[in-house]
Amino acid sequence: MTPRETTDSPETTSAALWSDGVVANRTSVTGSPRGPLCGMGVCFECRTSLEGRGQVRACMHRAVRPDPLEPEIACDVAVVGGGPAGIAAAAVAAESGASVLLIDENPLPGGQIWRHAGGPSGAARAWIERLARSGARLIGGGAVWDAAVVEGAAFASGIDRPTRVTLWVSRGEVSSRVRCRAIIIATGARELFLPFPGWTLPNVLGLGGVQALSKQGARFEGRRVLLAGSGPLLLPVAATLTTAGAQVIAVAEQAPLASLLRFARNWPGKAIDAARHRAAFLETPFRPGTWVAEAIGDDRVREVQLAGARSERIAVDVLAVGYGLSPNHELPRHLECQLEEGFVRVSDDQETTIPGVFCAGEPTGIAGVESALAQGEIAGLAATHRAPTDRLRRARARGMALRRDLERTFALRPELRLLARPETIVCRCEDVTLGTLSEIADVEGPRAAKLYTRAGMGACQARICGPALQQLRGWGPDTVRSPLKPVTIAELEAATTPAWSEISTTVASGAPGPEPVSLEVKS
Amino acid sequence: MQNYDVIVVGAGLIGAACADALTRRGLRVLVLERGMAGGGTTAAGMGHLVVMDSPPAEFALTAYSLEVWREIVPHLPEDGEDDPCGTLWVAEDEDEMAHAKGQARSFATRAVRAELLDARGLSQLEPSLRTGFVGGLFLPDDRVIYPPAVTRFFLQRAIRHGAQVRERVEVRSIESTRPGCMAVHTATGRIGTGQVVNAAGAFAPALTPGLPIEPRKGHLVITDRYPGLVRHQMVELGYVKSAHAGSGASVAMNIQPRRTGQILIGSSREYVGWDSSINREVRGRMLARAAHYVPALRELSAIRTWIGFRPSTADKLPLIGEWEPGLTIAAGHEGLGITTASGTAALIADLLTGATPAIDPVPYHPRREMPHDA
Ligand SMILES: Cc1cc2nc3c(=O)[nH]c(=O)nc-3n(C[C@H](O)[C@H](O)[C@H](O)COP(=O)(O)OP(=O)(O)OC[C@H]3O[C@@H](n4cnc5c(N)ncnc54)[C@H](O)[C@@H]3O)c2cc1C
Ligand SMILES: Cc1cc2nc3c(=O)[nH]c(=O)nc-3n(C[C@H](O)[C@H](O)[C@H](O)COP(=O)(O)OP(=O)(O)OC[C@H]3O[C@@H](n4cnc5c(N)ncnc54)[C@H](O)[C@@H]3O)c2cc1C
Repeated sequence: MTPRETTDSPETTSAALWSDGVVANRTSVTGSPRGPLCGMGVCFECRTSLEGRGQVRACMHRAVRPDPLEPEIACDVAVVGGGPAGIAAAAVAAESGASVLLIDENPLPGGQIWRHAGGPSGAARAWIERLARSGARLIGGGAVWDAAVVEGAAFASGIDRPTRVTLWVSRGEVSSRVRCRAIIIATGARELFLPFPGWTLPNVLGLGGVQALSKQGARFEGRRVLLAGSGPLLLPVAATLTTAGAQVIAVAEQAPLASLLRFARNWPGKAIDAARHRAAFLETPFRPGTWVAEAIGDDRVREVQLAGARSERIAVDVLAVGYGLSPNHELPRHLECQLEEGFVRVSDDQETTIPGVFCAGEPTGIAGVESALAQGEIAGLAATHRAPTDRLRRARARGMALRRDLERTFALRPELRLLARPETIVCRCEDVTLGTLSEIADVEGPRAAKLYTRAGMGACQARICGPALQQLRGWGPDTVRSPLKPVTIAELEAATTPAWSEISTTVASGAPGPEPVSLEVKS
Repeated sequence: MQNYDVIVVGAGLIGAACADALTRRGLRVLVLERGMAGGGTTAAGMGHLVVMDSPPAEFALTAYSLEVWREIVPHLPEDGEDDPCGTLWVAEDEDEMAHAKGQARSFATRAVRAELLDARGLSQLEPSLRTGFVGGLFLPDDRVIYPPAVTRFFLQRAIRHGAQVRERVEVRSIESTRPGCMAVHTATGRIGTGQVVNAAGAFAPALTPGLPIEPRKGHLVITDRYPGLVRHQMVELGYVKSAHAGSGASVAMNIQPRRTGQILIGSSREYVGWDSSINREVRGRMLARAAHYVPALRELSAIRTWIGFRPSTADKLPLIGEWEPGLTIAAGHEGLGITTASGTAALIADLLTGATPAIDPVPYHPRREMPHDA
């Protein structure tokens, strides 16, 4: 089965609600209306009561609930995250003959960039087809929520990697245990949000949020959308939304024009991409050096106050704003992989500081899709004991250079850190304002903020306010604890740690690896 | 002349409550906390204020503590999350019901309000319970608080009465020269004081070698918000058996509705030193026990698991009193230190000011004979 033939519709409940004109799907703990923000399962703002159960993330919920997996799965390599990095890693590892599992929380592979309602095209298509041919087994709709690494004696089967990894994967509200010799973490990134007055109003979303919703099938025809923030995401999102029929009023990039021009000179390929995206929304003004100072509205956003190079007030239906990406490194941190400058530290072979645990793509640094693919390939090779080619080494090095230049070009201006007012909510799960945080926890950091103000204690577990406060206050991340993704009490209850003697027998007795079923999304 | 009458080491709920009580008696108090106030075991516990019926010394301290709490709670700020939801002890079989009846009688003679419930009364009071339980005992005057915020409240009140509180200052050693002339050593030097109170919880033996306190690990799981699903703090009547049975990991049903609408689920007990990893088997058994009582829990979304270390003593009573001249202990409160913080602080204030304690302090003396583990 190729992905195009999958009967599963990509439309999520969030997208369906959006298309039906539902603005707010929940009421916050202090009583204000809230709608979706991130569109990718991170922020928990779209939680709603579905199928008689409360607290379901509408953006991860589809009409068809996936079937549970078999309770125990053993494989050589498990790849977590099915974006470009994970796809490349899984395909390359499986081509060696190893048994490979690719697990993603979404039903279809593609990650943030290749997840198209209409099916993949171009490079995406080539990779997804290569993945299908590789024999890797794809587990869609499966969220990895716990993991353990045991280092020890070699397997009874004689396979030499001493690491043994167990992953707990939730699908259809039932969890399975995946046991493997190596994992490749390719969990990508989420959007970075900086609080500003009005950012909690319904219809204020992330750039990735509107993009994800649109890819999930939400309709934007005729809506007046203002896009703002920073980074390479602005242009493709503007293009996507314009193509989807939205009326994109303006695109505001906080970085100054001079930085953008310098970047374009350094990266002509990227400049051409940018020009191609720009061509799709030529009618719309692009405003460098401009940012959103405030969103104004009642039960939803009505107007946006821009500041910087162009200070004006604009009427909108939707405001999408994001300040670049923030790595999803909860899983590697849970496994105690070391970080470096806020990203997962990896060797030239993409191995983390924990042997047998590899990491590829955005958690190691925000460097775009080519870099994610190269890192994924390298990790797939290394996890199956092969060395990367020179081409891959070069692509990886280019990615590192791009990462540095992206950081420089889209460096956040200090004014953005001053937008939030004392009454502006910073922690959206618990409605904790900046004022409360400053009063109580200014010196102490995230632990005090959490214990004394409840900031970061809510459903998203500081995935949104944590990176924001890192920008605003320089605070590091709080500890990660399982479950890394929400699971039911029943799943926690059933989760046990395997005795490793068990797994050696499974593998030694020649239990077949996962059969090469591609793109197995049950309907 | 010293700058301080008393240095309290440790700003968990115990140390904070002591600082508050001592300053209210007019003493000059300095609190030294190596991390953040309320960030130790106090940050990991459940916040249930509960009267225990036996042994007598446990009853005396918990009942007294609840009395003291009743004076305190009206002053708590909103974030103290005071919830007078009461404790519902659930009986699974006739044996446990007999135990409940015994408890009810003993509470009645000691002026603690307690209400016996039959099976119907039980499900009326707490509809989230599955049917099939024999009955229960309801203590309407028990309550639930949010310990870290209450710790801060005590410290702020103490500061208003003249105390000084220094966080991120570790006490490296306690120097006992002679009574009235004590000192503690920190990274930046020696601080003189009349008396020292070691309120370092499970860490207290590191400063006072020989204190019979061991860490006893417990797991907790918290859910997303489901307001109204569970109405009362529930504990199983088998708790007393299971909580203190032997040295292996024990679990017992302990379900707590938080003011936020979240449900906090415990409890487990193990002696595994300072191993802070999550033991999935123990967590699983603990949740199974809880879901045996409230099956609807199984469908709820769990958002976090954590562990904490109870400061445990062999006879399960805290260590409150003079260890040596000038050095007083207020530690070792095991799984009841949130409850007994108020009573402990009152006792400590009485002992250090020469007042007559409201309850007999002898059973908690830190030098008492401890039972040896079988
Ligand atoms: C919101 C957003 C929108 C973007 N849009 C564009 C764009 O339009 N154009 C462009 O050039 N670049 C875009 N990017 C950047 C692009 O995604 C990256 O450069 C590149 O694709 C990164 O690939 P990746 O494999 O590292 O991560 P991703 O593509 O993010 O893939 C990670 C995958 O892991 C899954 N995952 C994470 N945690 C778990 C878990 N615990 N269990 C199971 N699955 C998990 C996620 O669901 C996701 O599918 C976007 C990024 C984001 C975050
Ligand atoms: C899972 C669990 C559930 C519980 N549930 C309940 C409940 O429902 N009801 C109840 O009554 N009790 C409960 N408890 C017990 C209760 O939490 C403890 O008894 C209580 O918190 C102990 O408080 P403390 O102040 O003695 O210790 P801590 O809170 O640990 O305070 C000691 C402080 O001393 C500091 N410190 C240590 N060494 C030094 C040093 N050298 N210098 C300076 N400072 C130092 C530490 O940093 C710490 O902050 C529970 C405990 C656990 C683990």
